[in-house]
Amino acid sequence: MKTEVFQPEKQVIDDELSTIERAVLSEYKYGFVTEIEADEAPKGLNEGTIRFISAKKKEPEWMLEWRLKAYRHWLKMEEPTWPNVKYDPIDYQDIIYYSAPKQNVKPESLDQIDPELRRTFEKLGISLDEQKRLSGVAVDAVIDSISIGTTFKEQLGELGIIFCSMSEAIQNHPDLVRKYLSSVVPITDNYFAALNSAVFSDGSFCYIPKGVRSPMELSTYFRINAENTGQFERTLIVAEEGSYVSYLEGCTAPMRDENQLHAAVVELVALDNAEIKYSTVQNWYPGNKEGKGGIYNFVTKRGICKGVNSKISWTQVETGSAITWKYPSVILKGDNSTGEFYSVAVTNNHQQADTGTKMMHLGKNTKSRIVSKGISAGFSNNSYRGLVHVNKNASNARNFSQCDSLLLGDKCGAHTFPYIEVKNNSALVEHEATTSKIGEDQIFYCNQRGIDTETAVALIINGFAKEVMRQLPMEFAVEAQKLLAISLEGSVG
Amino acid sequence: MLTIRNLHAGIEGKQILKGINLEVRPGEVHAIMGPNGSGKSTLASVLAGRSDYEVSNGSVEFLGKDLLELSPEKRAGEGIFLAFQYPIEIPGLTTTNFIKTAVNEVRKYRGEEPLDAVQFLKLMKEKMALMEIGQSLLSRSLNEGFSGGEKKRNEIFQMAMLEPKLAILDETDSGLDIDAIRIVANGVNKLRNKDNAVLVVTHYQRLLDHIVPDFVHVLYNGRIVKSGKKELALELEERGYDFIKNEVNEGQEA
Repeated sequence: MKTEVFQPEKQVIDDELSTIERAVLSEYKYGFVTEIEADEAPKGLNEGTIRFISAKKKEPEWMLEWRLKAYRHWLKMEEPTWPNVKYDPIDYQDIIYYSAPKQNVKPESLDQIDPELRRTFEKLGISLDEQKRLSGVAVDAVIDSISIGTTFKEQLGELGIIFCSMSEAIQNHPDLVRKYLSSVVPITDNYFAALNSAVFSDGSFCYIPKGVRSPMELSTYFRINAENTGQFERTLIVAEEGSYVSYLEGCTAPMRDENQLHAAVVELVALDNAEIKYSTVQNWYPGNKEGKGGIYNFVTKRGICKGVNSKISWTQVETGSAITWKYPSVILKGDNSTGEFYSVAVTNNHQQADTGTKMMHLGKNTKSRIVSKGISAGFSNNSYRGLVHVNKNASNARNFSQCDSLLLGDKCGAHTFPYIEVKNNSALVEHEATTSKIGEDQIFYCNQRGIDTETAVALIINGFAKEVMRQLPMEFAVEAQKLLAISLEGSVG
Repeated sequence: MLTIRNLHAGIEGKQILKGINLEVRPGEVHAIMGPNGSGKSTLASVLAGRSDYEVSNGSVEFLGKDLLELSPEKRAGEGIFLAFQYPIEIPGLTTTNFIKTAVNEVRKYRGEEPLDAVQFLKLMKEKMALMEIGQSLLSRSLNEGFSGGEKKRNEIFQMAMLEPKLAILDETDSGLDIDAIRIVANGVNKLRNKDNAVLVVTHYQRLLDHIVPDFVHVLYNGRIVKSGKKELALELEERGYDFIKNEVNEGQEA
């Protein structure tokens, strides 16, 4: 396997630019590559590729059939063109769909994980050593196409909580997987969901039994390492009656000149009185200052509040990726159920984001809340796209949406596309939107108090994003705040 | 502590200050008065280091350092404080958090250890009592939705927290009623001591009833055209700025 080490480009500060424009020169901290031998599928996509992946994972026949069905459907579909993003056509035959670090022995326990992989995760701030781990957080570590280990499995197991890789779940909990997989995002849902269903390689599976509150945060860390590969992971979380779980995902990738595709599907199922809190800190490599390279993050995330009084809350801090296309959504089927979406999306340099949510009110007395904060800098483009749908039987539905945009400099764009479909007269739907700019006067005010410009920008954007940041689990809020500041480092200077 | 020599400065190619000379010593209060457009606020902005303004000539020395060489945050570190005419709003950032960051950044500049939460709170309580300012104001987003009076009191509170060597009050009385002026002026007076100095930039004399200056300078057309003791301010109040303008114009004709 070819390995290269990419050095971050030197910062060039142009005196001609205004102070605010200069802030856009950030460096990506996680751009290193781990030298490790990989077991890869041949490049390209056909039924043979799918059989290869399924065989590698020793999957049962039903799983292979499910994948092939998705693939055959995908062949008939067309890539969506409605998002407000631009990119060259993706050559789906030029992607490696499966790449797994070669491990001589299959690790039976966390101690047996290849030290090189362990170091990779440690460099990313993720320790697979349970003793060193932040107490209260269990981690599933996924590199390229496979999960290399999950911490705190036994402790969670004692409560009946299943937290493992999707591959393991297919082997060990086939009934649960068959019952819920694609029950929220059908394989035919959209182009990227169909592609994911055909070739997905790993991801996390969480099952919280009736009446159990998960005593710790469950989290998955996704790392892309191999070149020319795509990462297609699949996550499924099922919260039984009266249960509660808070789940967090994080992600990074090496710096490369080529774009890499990441097409994930996440499904959440909340039964009666259950609550799922799903948080994302997305920091895929965003490409360089000229817009070369970076991850295409085309993701389908959807949850269903299936039972009465259930609740699903999405919180996302999106700072990475060359292009982000995702709409974490909630189907509010159970009466009195609640859906929430809190988002901070930062775009810098030439990044593009088209992100938002869909709240589908089907049950009675359902409530949803949308808070979206877009921060654009450099030459980037940041769009909020959201749908609030109230079905004709969904009496007394309530929605509140707040979409705010903050601009740094005058070469970036912010757009808001709110769609509202109300078919029941008792619904109350509110939408508020604002656009503001970080002004030279705000920066100068901070400077005059002794605060340098970088710190001033961090204070201003964290103030702007506060309502969303405080939704994050405590352990990650501080990290996410720093990440916001780093993503915009140099955009004012 | 502050020596301004032959200072020329302007904005977008327009010359506004045309040769300012001023000496401020520790313990002194100087008032800069003048009609609208005379360059008062420009002088305040240039001293604080606002980048829109270009200095074309002259020098400013502050405590032995060339002030014009320093960035605005370094000037703050050196002990320059500007109370803004129009304090800026930063939504979502609590006033307390802002002030804590400022205090610790200035401490860092001076090579001092940052204050921890307990020490900071203690200092804040002390200054809150001195400045008669309530906790509720400090818990709100910085200047957001503050009344004119609250904004100015917040400026003076920040001054109390940062303990500057030279405080520049830029039209701090504008938009305030007489009670608010008294509160703000009391705050400033409590902070005066023999080691610090205050530069009061104002259009009207009324603030000077409460912050009594040692010297009054009249700025007109980018120059200090007249200096005197506090009585000069009263004379201006009585006779208006026209008599100064006439004097200057006659001088030029002669």
